[in-house]
Amino acid sequence: MFTSLTDLWAHMAENYIVVVSIILFGVGFTTLLFSRNLLKKVVGLNIMDTGVYLLLVSMGFIDGRHAPIIADGITDAANYINPIPSGLVLTGIVVSVSVTAIMLSLVVRLYEKYHSLNLDVIYELRNKEDHT
Amino acid sequence: MLREIFVTLLLAGLVFCAVATAVSRRLMRTVIIFMAYSLIMSVVWLLLEAPDLGITEAAVGAGVTGILFYLALRRIHQFDRDAANQEERVRSDNENGSAKEE
Amino acid sequence: MRRSFQQKLSAWYRGKYDFTLKTADPLQARWKHEYTGKEHKIREMERRELAFSGVLYNILCVLFCLIFIGVLLIAVAFLPAHGSPDNPAVNEVMERYVEEGMDETGAVNTVAGMILDYRAFDTLGESFVLFTAVCAVTILMKNTKKRAPDGTPVPMAVKPGIVEYSKDNIVKTVSRFLIPFIFVFGVYVLLNGHLSPGGGFSGGAILGGALILYAMVYGEDRAAAVFSERLIKTVVLSSLSFYALAKSYSFFTGANHLPSIISTGTPGRILSAGLILPLNVAVGFVVCCTMYSFYMYFRRGRIQ
Repeated sequence: MFTSLTDLWAHMAENYIVVVSIILFGVGFTTLLFSRNLLKKVVGLNIMDTGVYLLLVSMGFIDGRHAPIIADGITDAANYINPIPSGLVLTGIVVSVSVTAIMLSLVVRLYEKYHSLNLDVIYELRNKEDHT
Repeated sequence: MLREIFVTLLLAGLVFCAVATAVSRRLMRTVIIFMAYSLIMSVVWLLLEAPDLGITEAAVGAGVTGILFYLALRRIHQFDRDAANQEERVRSDNENGSAKEE
Repeated sequence: MRRSFQQKLSAWYRGKYDFTLKTADPLQARWKHEYTGKEHKIREMERRELAFSGVLYNILCVLFCLIFIGVLLIAVAFLPAHGSPDNPAVNEVMERYVEEGMDETGAVNTVAGMILDYRAFDTLGESFVLFTAVCAVTILMKNTKKRAPDGTPVPMAVKPGIVEYSKDNIVKTVSRFLIPFIFVFGVYVLLNGHLSPGGGFSGGAILGGALILYAMVYGEDRAAAVFSERLIKTVVLSSLSFYALAKSYSFFTGANHLPSIISTGTPGRILSAGLILPLNVAVGFVVCCTMYSFYMYFRRGRIQ
């Protein structure tokens, strides 16, 4: 474990990509929770997704090695980075766009029914509808 | 060494774009900054030695997701409302400007 | 009196010189004061909700964000150093994929070989997710209400002031040169999935983007005349079934795979790598049709 705070700072400075990915996740999550506008919530969810992908891909990177495309027939594993996280994130990016499309169509339908993008207003209108 | 400086600059740009989308008030501006965010992310994938992800993120993130946001905005007329607010602001600015000139 | 550079710069920043913001009808700009009864009430509610938040709310949001990030940052202390070869993720699985990948799958691009041969189920599941997304968007956005008396669908009305790309000369002229190149590039990326970066998802997305550009610039009717609903449904369903049939035999044979009839060939040539090339093409078709359908459903509620 880390003996002192300076050790911790040094470790964080070395892992700067993970720190940035956590910041992006936090910003996206806050946007998702606290913004009034439904479209901004969708944007926040997308930013959260990309933060997670950054974390995963940075786990596969090894200093001094190249992308996993085999060049000149050299198949020694000490020349290439880890291809597995990259493959998983490729799936994730496409799933993220599908989820965004579904969420946007829901937002458009909600607007066409209630004429507002504010979630509190939509709740109020629905409560009124339920009570009358 | 140079590569690390470049990656650090790009990541700083990423954080800046993410905070800018959270803070901006107009939806059209948010969508455009989001597309720029996706483009910077695509270059970061290349620097992390994942070229498949770079091409896919550029085509899918900046291209298709941006277009879907734009189409949703179009359909809900928020685009038009922003234009109407802008037009009001510009018109009042013109009136103030012409008052100052006279 | 001539405006100074500063005044012109601030006027440009505020949009005075932007032609896209000028509405066709000058009265249109004042519509926000002319809401009809129900919409007026909704705007009042929105204004009331917005007035509730103030500076305190924004400060609390930022504070929450910082606390959240701080709690998550504790996890960084337990993660391995970035880029070190002692990463626990670098284990014998990765060595097997890289060292034997080219011999067993025939693909030069290790990632493509991995996602379409060693882990083909995940990619199949992902294609199903794309298909489900198209189904969901169809259910939500299909425009079945507005029809003329003789049954033909009525086009959606466009508010004046929104830019129509099919009437813009610059976009039309530039796309006339660009669209064929984008198509060729998309096909190149799709076919070269096992030799270089690229593959089904990237190539399909580029092809979908080219189709969207064509539909945007030359009008949706012209695009719909070529890419009818029946063609898109046929392409998507046949690609998905082909992929499912090609790789789901493992349900019946357990973890042993059958020796494939298509040989892996010499790595480095296009017609190599066994089933990876047809599967790339199938996935590319699914992604391309998915992106195009999203665009058409958002734009006018039907593909047709």
